Amino acid sequence: MASVAPLSPPIDPADDQSLESVVVRFAGDSGDGMQLTGGQFTLSTALAGNDLATFPDFPAEIRAPQGTLFGVSAFQINFGSTDITTAGDAPDVLVAMNPAALKTNVKDLKPGGLIIADEGEFNDRNLAKAKYEANPLTDGSLAQWQLLSLNISQLTLDSVKPFGLGNKEALRCKNMWTLGLALWMFDRDRQPIVAWLKAKFAKAPELADANIAALDAGHAYGETAEISGEGLGLKQHHVPSAAVPSGLYRTVTGAEAISLGLVAGTQLAGLPMFFGGYPITPASAILHHLSRLKEYGVTTFQAEDEIAAIASAIGASYAGSLGITSSSGPGIALKGEAIGLAIMTELPLVIVNSQRGGPSTGLPTKTEQSDLYQAVYGRNGDAPMPVIAARSPADAFECAIEACRIAVQYMTPVMLLTDGYIANAAEPWKVPDMATFAPFPVTFMDTAQEGGFLPYARDEKLKRPWVKPGTPGLMHRIGGIEKGVNTGHIEYSPANHQAMTDIRQNKVLGIADSLPDQDVSLGTDSGKLVVVGWGSTFGPIHQAVRRARAKGRDVSHVHIRHIWPLPKNLGTLLKGYEKIIVPEMNTGQLKTVLRDQYLVDAKPLNKVSGQPFRIAEIEAAIEDALK
Amino acid sequence: MNDMTPVAKMTPKDWETDQEVRWCPGCGDYAILKAVQRTLPEIGARPESTVFVSGIGCSSRFPYYVESYGFHTIHGRAPAVATGVKLANPELDVWIITGDGDALSIGGNHTMHILRRNLDCQILLFNNEIYGLTKGQYSPTSREGTRSPSTPFGSVDRPAKPAAFALGSGARFVARGFDVSKNLPDVLKAAYAHKGAAFVEIFQNCIVYNKDVFADFTEKKNADDGQLWLENGKPMLFGKGAKGIALDREALTLKVVDVVDGDWQAADVIVHDVTNRSVAHMLVEMPFGSFPMALGVLYDDPAPSFESAVVAQNEQAAKGKTPDLQKLVSQGQTWTVGSGAETDAAEAGSAGSGPEL
Ligand code: SF4
Repeated sequence: MASVAPLSPPIDPADDQSLESVVVRFAGDSGDGMQLTGGQFTLSTALAGNDLATFPDFPAEIRAPQGTLFGVSAFQINFGSTDITTAGDAPDVLVAMNPAALKTNVKDLKPGGLIIADEGEFNDRNLAKAKYEANPLTDGSLAQWQLLSLNISQLTLDSVKPFGLGNKEALRCKNMWTLGLALWMFDRDRQPIVAWLKAKFAKAPELADANIAALDAGHAYGETAEISGEGLGLKQHHVPSAAVPSGLYRTVTGAEAISLGLVAGTQLAGLPMFFGGYPITPASAILHHLSRLKEYGVTTFQAEDEIAAIASAIGASYAGSLGITSSSGPGIALKGEAIGLAIMTELPLVIVNSQRGGPSTGLPTKTEQSDLYQAVYGRNGDAPMPVIAARSPADAFECAIEACRIAVQYMTPVMLLTDGYIANAAEPWKVPDMATFAPFPVTFMDTAQEGGFLPYARDEKLKRPWVKPGTPGLMHRIGGIEKGVNTGHIEYSPANHQAMTDIRQNKVLGIADSLPDQDVSLGTDSGKLVVVGWGSTFGPIHQAVRRARAKGRDVSHVHIRHIWPLPKNLGTLLKGYEKIIVPEMNTGQLKTVLRDQYLVDAKPLNKVSGQPFRIAEIEAAIEDALK
Repeated sequence: MNDMTPVAKMTPKDWETDQEVRWCPGCGDYAILKAVQRTLPEIGARPESTVFVSGIGCSSRFPYYVESYGFHTIHGRAPAVATGVKLANPELDVWIITGDGDALSIGGNHTMHILRRNLDCQILLFNNEIYGLTKGQYSPTSREGTRSPSTPFGSVDRPAKPAAFALGSGARFVARGFDVSKNLPDVLKAAYAHKGAAFVEIFQNCIVYNKDVFADFTEKKNADDGQLWLENGKPMLFGKGAKGIALDREALTLKVVDVVDGDWQAADVIVHDVTNRSVAHMLVEMPFGSFPMALGVLYDDPAPSFESAVVAQNEQAAKGKTPDLQKLVSQGQTWTVGSGAETDAAEAGSAGSGPEL
């Protein structure tokens, strides 16, 4: 049933079954429950004290035809005892639940890495669907890797037999069998997963029992194989806990962190939240999370379209809530005119863009950072708007609070950029102490200024007053037509338009006064080379720079959160390095902004394959630049 | 939401702003503005709790001229903005001012959804069957054959019927009036009294680009035969009581019948019941020409409003829960890392990681 050589490097370099970090990828048909398996493995790994990063990669189709190459769903996790910031370049272990999963993923596996394949699915039909002419499990084509070929389907059926499930339902437990084996391989506790299964199938205890039996059987299989010394090559590996600051931890996805951050932000502002959304991948998760948090003064509204989603949020901000909307690139494009209205009427608003591959519908489930131009420049007229970018799921929490702060303190729409990778990926998060966040309570104007009410008068930050309808004596009219300075009346005069354009511009640029100086994430504040990034490229850049520095290279990493306005010291900082490279998952958008703003020779490093950067790719670019 | 200190009775003048009104002289919009300013004091509205929201077009300048809160938004989106306003503060009186292009062309989607959701507001659609602000192109309500700068040989598409569209979208209140009608304030009052989305189509004369297009029923000399003013509980009579509307029971349509000596019962004239949705569907489809124009309140049958349902659900969902940010961020599966880097599962809550497919 199984044949494999004993495990050898790279999975076990020291042969003492103790590893610094391991990358495991679960791949199967989209109906095989790989995201669930990965999610549960992630949880148990977090509970074991490892640092980790994950990368869920699933097809755009909800129910892609079974067994096809485009129906493959994969979940990668990198975990270890060191600081983990990426989902890992090449997997050490690939779990392939069918031929299509093997075909689409095996090329990424490290040479010598371990393949665990369900041979029960490698029948003629599935082989043909995956366009294999011969069975790769038996034709020797996988010789450069270690192969553990098990009939997982049969083993699962055997393990759940007592529960009398139909064949189809019984086979659904395959993912739990596989998870059981994986848990054993890395010495993970099954208990949290047992608890989770019981809760998940509370209404169908026989399904809970069957899944638990499959989980136990997979685990027992590993144990028995090792003890019996059958030469299956199965060994248990120990990945020590990471040395992380002490405290309370949880796992968090970007979508969760943004939702929590938006709730925290509105609470710190002392405002109710109004969230207008329209379903779109990969942004919908934020709408889902927030719709359950009514006790925090959250009203969620699933609008009829993207335009209504933002327009309703603007209406809510006008009426005294903090209006928030969220979408992905194509939806943000539809919101463009309304963003202009929020800029013209100077109302607070937060717009979250979970970027995905574009243009048009593009790659809905794949990640990209190609909406930076759209965020900074993508409106009619001179329409300045602050833009913030989150670097990781956990970072998205603080970014969301920051977006709320800027929106209310400057009466402006703010765009928060995240991406499909951040939205879906999970990472351990040290639960923040909410007492350390300074509130920024909003005061609405309720009495006229001395000398009469002026809805477009300014404070020292150039912010206009926020007056809620319902306030006696301060009735006024606003709209998208150019406003007169101070009065807010319709005003078309040339001098007034010049003045108002300048005010809008200076107000947004002035936000830089409230921003911390740009820091250097890793390295020194001058030198030969700096790698400048933004958003979810943080992980691979950080690791690549770390590795290069370990080799003695003079390279530093600067990661920008505030894309617009840029931090005040950034220009001076960048000019302290001889060379600048800017890795981006687009064709060079931040690079263009940096060149424009600072006249520096920023060189692009671009990738738009829908997959995150690999550390090695950035490392190579660093070596190249320092040649 | 206002304190209840007695306030001096307001007059139409109190609802005027200092802004110069910029419609063409003789435009029907002036009369509608006056009708609204006359209605507001009579219904006891307060300027501070009244919000006029508009889109884009001649009619959408309206909020600038009413002394209340006002939001002149973007083309077609007034219903969406108004939805946010009302959900954020359900105590505000929200009026939406829109036109045929704004509400039925670029904003058709929002008009449909605000009506089906039944947001408590008044929607005044100024129908002039033309694009005025952009200088006279034909609109979605223009009649077939309308010659305009964009249709020099006449339009070939069939017009939308605003009241039928509203009813079809699920509106619970549909009424009609016209700019210079003395009955318009009464129609507006009924709309205001209706809790939920109240849709009012107001025929409006664009004297520059579509002059007198409604004269066949709005002009005095045509009023008797051209206007059917509906009143709840009253027979559907017009033509000085000499004609009425009856049901053709064979064809299941309406028909015009002669009423002899005021005996409308003998002629089987229908008694208007504002809650009868089937008859309302027939009234909004009644072709003008062979029939008079049905005016007044065509349909009025309240249902729970959207914002009240949202508020009720929010309250229900929040019941018994105390907001606690620290607790919120600490939810899900958590673990504690001690100073000795020891790890243990703290709380096995719901698993939070990884999307479920
Ligand atoms: S163009 Fe027509 S609708 Fe517009 S203001 Fe002039 S008359 Fe009125």
